[in-house]
Amino acid sequence: MVGREDSPASTTGGRAPYVVGAYILAGILLVAPFIALMWVSSYAKDSPRLWGFPFFYWYQLLWVLVTAVCTAVAYVLVHRVDRPREPLTDRNAR
Amino acid sequence: MKSGVDTVALTIVIVLFLAVTVIGFLAARWRRAEDLGSLDEWGLGGRGFGMFVTWFLLGGDLYTAYTFVAVPALMYTSGAIGFFAVPYTIIMYPLIFVFLPRLWSVSHRHGYVTPSDFIRGRYGSRALATAVALTGLLATMPYIALQLVGIQAVLEVMGVGGHGNTLVADIPLLVAFAALAAYTYSSGLRAPALIAFVKDSLIYLVIVVAVIYIPHKLGGWGQIFDSAQASLQQPNPATGKPKGSTVPTSQVYWPYATLALGSAMALFMYPHSITAVLATRNRNVVRRNASLLPAYTLLLGLIALLGYMALAAKIKPVGLDGKPNPQLAVPQLFENMFPSWFAGIAYSAIAIGALVPAAIMSIAAANLFTRNIYKEFFRPDATHAQEAKVSKLVSLLVKVGALAFVLTLDKTLAINFQLLGGIWMVQTFPAIVFGLFTRWFHRWALLAGWAVSMIYGTVEAYRVINPATKAHFGGSSAPIPLLDGRNGYIAVTAFVINVVITVALTVVLRALKAPAGHDVTEPEDYTADAGDPRVTPLPELTRT
Repeated sequence: MVGREDSPASTTGGRAPYVVGAYILAGILLVAPFIALMWVSSYAKDSPRLWGFPFFYWYQLLWVLVTAVCTAVAYVLVHRVDRPREPLTDRNAR
Repeated sequence: MKSGVDTVALTIVIVLFLAVTVIGFLAARWRRAEDLGSLDEWGLGGRGFGMFVTWFLLGGDLYTAYTFVAVPALMYTSGAIGFFAVPYTIIMYPLIFVFLPRLWSVSHRHGYVTPSDFIRGRYGSRALATAVALTGLLATMPYIALQLVGIQAVLEVMGVGGHGNTLVADIPLLVAFAALAAYTYSSGLRAPALIAFVKDSLIYLVIVVAVIYIPHKLGGWGQIFDSAQASLQQPNPATGKPKGSTVPTSQVYWPYATLALGSAMALFMYPHSITAVLATRNRNVVRRNASLLPAYTLLLGLIALLGYMALAAKIKPVGLDGKPNPQLAVPQLFENMFPSWFAGIAYSAIAIGALVPAAIMSIAAANLFTRNIYKEFFRPDATHAQEAKVSKLVSLLVKVGALAFVLTLDKTLAINFQLLGGIWMVQTFPAIVFGLFTRWFHRWALLAGWAVSMIYGTVEAYRVINPATKAHFGGSSAPIPLLDGRNGYIAVTAFVINVVITVALTVVLRALKAPAGHDVTEPEDYTADAGDPRVTPLPELTRT
């Protein structure tokens, strides 16, 4: 990270591989809920039931929690690689 | 429906309502606001809200009469389709996560208060900025109309209002409207933020009691789903087909997915949602909220199921006009299930839960008008005091506009008000969200895409006829062109048309070297955070 900051104006091309990796992983975590929930036929069924709830209902409510975890992990990933950019912003603004 | 007025419930509602109004007036002095006379103070609460307050504030404007009245009413009449509100409020979080921090950053670097300010700076296009402002203003009105219908539902179930002419029946609605207008007018966004605490506490209380006590009384969740299914399988008198089912059939897949997607895309285009976001302290408050707000979505899912509980409890809601009114299903369920005093608390939760967002929405729409229409076209040199004065006046006019929607459109299903607003609102998505990431799209192409999709969406929505009442604007789904009779939310179809036109015309206009307009933003503006240079948006903010 520190090494990257030393090379000036390397905003896009010269990112450390794990920075790119973190963004890709965050991207996957953020896209997953879309795919799961837009694919209605995969969960439009009655059984198995859970506490009397048809699958259709408890599955979607489960995705509320899964999505919360996804966005929380994505937040940590992105926040960690975002931070070192602030000095860059500082330099450009002057 | 029991006849006469429920005195105990009504007294509790009035007491809680007055308490909230007093809080609203006191809120004007909360955190020692220096000067509510300036637009930034009145409309954005001084832009200093941290995570905790923002959580309540965002929750406060996302979960409204839509949640408590409109969604359960749709579940009650049509079954599983109404549950689309759950995927809608799930997928909006990843969506928020991706683009709102960029909007926060660029707004704070350049002092933007509305999405339209951003469009003006980004594309250098007055026409496009005005289009976005007008869309926000227009789309907010039916959303506020939904809140008014929610309040009306509570008052009707309590027996308030007369059977006689429409004027008598509407008096309680007008009283609630006047109180809302009064406290919004005097204290701005700080009022709703503080009241959101009261409102959310009430809602949590009511919902916890409702989802434990009512299923217990009705024989358990399994029993509720089974009775709801039996009831939904009965034919609809207007169409002769079953009303719906608790598990969606294959015709419902497309409408379900598109309603969820379109609603999620629309939500953060509304001026009021953006106001709440810009009122946060730094760019990450929004992201951290994105992983905390799902608590509200769980709640919303359980509230939606109140519609099934009403079916299982054999509730047949009939309005004061003698016609069936599904919006009354949940308040009526509360009346039948709860003792009067607790029904009163539950009604208050619904009513206050409609008032708060209505206040936030009208303030945001008013800011939009003042900044992007009044200052842009009428008084470019307006003082801050003049701006605040115009905003307050317009916030009142917006509520009057909402009232006009209630009185003129078909209100068989109140959710269609919000969905109609969504059809319009989504059409600003390309200009705003795409614009946060790229300047490739041409401003004229965006304007053309917006214009065509607005017309398409409005015409399609007008053409949907309610089979029972034969009224126009009877629904929000229509056959998707080229998709062989499949139905979908008109907002999404119109959005696709919008994007296709925008891309095609951008290619043409770029080839012709049409003037792209001046972009005042720079790439690093989109990642700036509090503490970075130039993140001191407006002089008002530093004047503390």
